[in-house]
Amino acid sequence: MAVTPAVDLGPATALTCRECGHTRELGPYYACEECFGPLEISYDFAGVSRADIEAGPRNIWRYRRLLPVPGNVADTPNTEPGLTRLVRADQLAETLGLRRLWVKDDSGNPTHSFKDRVVAVALAAARELGFKVLACPSTGNLANAVAAAAARAGIRSAVFVPSDLERQKILTTAVYGGTFVTVDGNYDDVNRLASEIAGEQDDWAFVNVNVRPYYAEGSKTLGYEIAEQLGWRLPDQIVVPVASGSQLTKIDKAFQELIKLGLVEDKPYRVFGAQAAGCAPVAAAFKQGHDVVRPVKPDTIAKSLAIGNPADGPYVLDVARRTGGAVEDVTDEQVVEGIRLLARTEGIFGETAGGVTVATLRKLAESGVLDPDAETVIINSGDGLKTLDAVAPVVAPTANIAPSLEAFRAAGLA
Amino acid sequence: MSTVSVRIPTILRSYTGGEAEVKAEGATLRAVVADLEANYSGISARILDDNGKIRRFVNVYVGDEDVRFAEGLDTPTPEGAQISIIPAVAGG
Repeated sequence: MAVTPAVDLGPATALTCRECGHTRELGPYYACEECFGPLEISYDFAGVSRADIEAGPRNIWRYRRLLPVPGNVADTPNTEPGLTRLVRADQLAETLGLRRLWVKDDSGNPTHSFKDRVVAVALAAARELGFKVLACPSTGNLANAVAAAAARAGIRSAVFVPSDLERQKILTTAVYGGTFVTVDGNYDDVNRLASEIAGEQDDWAFVNVNVRPYYAEGSKTLGYEIAEQLGWRLPDQIVVPVASGSQLTKIDKAFQELIKLGLVEDKPYRVFGAQAAGCAPVAAAFKQGHDVVRPVKPDTIAKSLAIGNPADGPYVLDVARRTGGAVEDVTDEQVVEGIRLLARTEGIFGETAGGVTVATLRKLAESGVLDPDAETVIINSGDGLKTLDAVAPVVAPTANIAPSLEAFRAAGLA
Repeated sequence: MSTVSVRIPTILRSYTGGEAEVKAEGATLRAVVADLEANYSGISARILDDNGKIRRFVNVYVGDEDVRFAEGLDTPTPEGAQISIIPAVAGG
């Protein structure tokens, strides 16, 4: 079936099932009508070059010719995420015995997490597909991103989160207005509810449900940016936090696309996934040699990664095994230590997901799984200001003194 | 034999004549799926794979419980139970 000419989704041409290969026209579909498998965007790329990208906007739209968005996407109101800094992390590298390490610091996005990337792509696609409301189930970061993007675009948002979410993430969603609902249940319960609502509300685009094929493509921009910021080459190793697993699989997809398009040299790279032990269904499957992921009931301070039934879990296993990587998990105590380590060595305050990634990096380095001489990139996907409770029990001022030089001297602070 | 209510996802409503919720009979999920097949021919092969197992990308709930945490297709479906069939590819 031909695409309706009015729909401009740039280089996107069709939706293809990852499981059975069944193809259908572009539209508001996310699961294969034959086997329920996830639908992926198929593309016909044209006019992509390093020069064209480098001349583009200083945000993710410089990669618009690689995304399912209209050519004029940068001209419609959006949060303009991306092109966050890639920080050379020499002190953290030295602490862990690594030679060259970079932190892709995605806390620098407009609502302080990588979710602004995926939401911007989902918003652009949702507009083209005729949706009226931007919605999501969320563990918090996505809630911020959807509420902000909808406010900026002048459309209604409808956001659903677990009621036990961090207070910071509740407030940083509510401030944008829109419909914001806390649900008595965990993320997997909220996700299920959203899937059922999506079946009833025809003009609601649940970014990570019924427009998920478009939304998920936004994470490719992390991979594109890392390659461009390294001077158009791929790292040897990358450590990525795993919740649904979408971010990790899309970074791999981005690297593969860059190779196929001749924008980077083809070389081996290893992809590692990071989970919290209190919600580690993918790490467990990896270690047990399984190719299916058994759902778990999450119990971890890393709430942004607390997805017990991860949609892209099987594909994370595929990518980790194909590239010679691994999926590892760390305890909540190690997560907090990871947050402090990144802050103390590099001046970057990551959220709990960042702590998971740093702690996993440390575990992989100490166990010899990571090659210490290979160039490594880690993702800090969000801002520590959103998960203050994680560090509140373990960090404090050095001293409290009277406003006098005598008090300063007496406290032994010189 | 118990009568239960089954929520049908959008992509399976072509089998139920557009109905979003249908009644079915059966004391276990396996029996309920067989009863659905008897009334809506072809629907079982969408939910179950060639080996008769719940497809990898289908989540089935009896009440609030994901049947993968219970007894899978052998999960009991008591009288009046609410069953939901939901594509797994969502979230995150």
